[in-house]
Amino acid sequence: MTLKHDLELVDVTKRYGSTVAVEAIQHRFQPSSYTCLLGPSGCGKSSTLRMIAGHESVTEGSILLSGRDISNLPPAQRGTAMMFQNYALFPHLSVRDNIAFSLKMKGVDVKERYIKAGEMLELVDLTALADRLPDQLSGGQQQRVALARALITRPEVLLLDEPLSALDPFLRIRMRGELKKLQKELGISFIHVTHGQDEALALADEIVVMNDAVIEQAGPARDVFNAPKTRFVAQFMGGHNVISLPNGCFAIRTDAVTVTAHKKGTLSAQVMAVEYQGTHVSLMSHISGDQEVTAIVPEAEYFTTPHQPGDQIGLHWDAKNLHPLTA
Amino acid sequence: MKKLLENRNVTGWLMVSPLAAVLLVFLVMPIALIVIVSFWRATEFSIIPAFEWDNYAFLFGSPVTYTVFFNTFKYAFITWAFTLIIGFTVAYYLAFHIRSLTWQVALFLLCTIPFWTSNIIRMISWIPFLGRNGIANSTMMSWGVIDEPVEWLLFSDFAVILAFVHLYTLFMVVPIFNTMMRIDKSLIEAARDAGANGAQILWNVIIPLTKPGIMIGTIFVVTLVMGDFITVRFMSGSQSANVGRLISNDIALLQYPSASATAIVLLATVLITIGILLRFVDIRKEL
Repeated sequence: MTLKHDLELVDVTKRYGSTVAVEAIQHRFQPSSYTCLLGPSGCGKSSTLRMIAGHESVTEGSILLSGRDISNLPPAQRGTAMMFQNYALFPHLSVRDNIAFSLKMKGVDVKERYIKAGEMLELVDLTALADRLPDQLSGGQQQRVALARALITRPEVLLLDEPLSALDPFLRIRMRGELKKLQKELGISFIHVTHGQDEALALADEIVVMNDAVIEQAGPARDVFNAPKTRFVAQFMGGHNVISLPNGCFAIRTDAVTVTAHKKGTLSAQVMAVEYQGTHVSLMSHISGDQEVTAIVPEAEYFTTPHQPGDQIGLHWDAKNLHPLTA
Repeated sequence: MKKLLENRNVTGWLMVSPLAAVLLVFLVMPIALIVIVSFWRATEFSIIPAFEWDNYAFLFGSPVTYTVFFNTFKYAFITWAFTLIIGFTVAYYLAFHIRSLTWQVALFLLCTIPFWTSNIIRMISWIPFLGRNGIANSTMMSWGVIDEPVEWLLFSDFAVILAFVHLYTLFMVVPIFNTMMRIDKSLIEAARDAGANGAQILWNVIIPLTKPGIMIGTIFVVTLVMGDFITVRFMSGSQSANVGRLISNDIALLQYPSASATAIVLLATVLITIGILLRFVDIRKEL
């Protein structure tokens, strides 16, 4: 059954000549949710987003939105809107005209489109800057203009291509809060491409991890982080040790590993390095088979029994915290 | 001496002096000289240093002057219109339809190859083509398009403008291409995302962003055409005149004061024209 605002990818493939950028991916995006497409550069996440937006043709497969096949429609007729990585604001137009651009293209007369643009300006809190040119705005303000310009088309799905990558770290955290709030207010789907797992965890209701042109794992943020299915996902999400044990390959969260005295733990290990990180201490150690295991120890606990590089220690974990990896 | 060199003002002046000297000797002095000579008195057999307005009075009193200035503007305007249309189209094709940078550079260089020969040779090569018994006429006759040779192909305003367009289109292509290459391609995607069709993107995004390049090309073409005399002489068969020819005729008759006065008026006209053009578009970003 297809619901309204329901976006689905069916066997979507993108090839550039003989290279495959996206290989037969299948996914149904939750309606009215915030989804992050996460992966390293070149994994196909941007190509996927651009195919949904209509800026890249689909080689095979189809894209369905609200039950209709949009794979071959021009971008503006899809019910999607895109916010570009560097915002792509028109440098020769004022903020107001940038936002009203799509209405102008539709032939809406000046008065009406300025009223609509005014509403959008209010939504992103930029009314005071309506007559400025994009050059005269800060990065965060430019981003809000880009957001307003995309939203004025009343899209069912908003596509964001690495929207926070051009901002400084402080602003990035503030803007991601605003994005999330806006998504909740508008109740439409946001699909956000990023290579930062912290960004994805902070924002997403659902995370889709991509690697090498395929989806490695998709699911609610907490499930993806806590129960990675593959070695790639465990390593890319961070905060996990990937270890080979006699009965298979497992992922275990670094904060689920506890440090004990030598010979007292499940495994014995040698401390390689110790890093003080404020609230906790990160202890890197070697276990047999030349494998590295990191343990995160709360700061106070660590300093009651400190260890130096070269020390022999024991490591312990609950078997239920081990997640078997398929690949 | 040492103390003098330590003075920041002195070193500053010394550093700008080479450029200032070059400009003074090759720009300011010649123009000053022309201005001075334009006030001298000339008779059939002598030139007398003086300060009188006779040359200007004669220039502005003669109806020929107005016809010739009108002609100069006519050539400049028509040539500008054609070079703009052709130049914009070529630049647009190179910048937006050719995808790979290698091909863009290759085709761009291809455009410049004709400029390896001299202007005059390229101009004269039109003569056997356009002449009464030239290639154009004989081909059209053999096709049966015309019964007898067309007279206006050569030694006419048509020939003059054709040669101008041929000579100067590249001066329009280069700055427009340069500006277009700086347009962020994602702006076009953004326009498409907002529902703009090809014509709307051209009109609402590409043309406004290309304006500085168009303006620089316009300045090149207008100044080149307004200052030209050789093209008009060759291609019109000495049947049309522009201001450049007026000056060259005066010089041939050793009427230097009169030539100077005409040159000064032309210079002022061109500067005013450019001044007006620059009111419309800010080209500082491009420089």
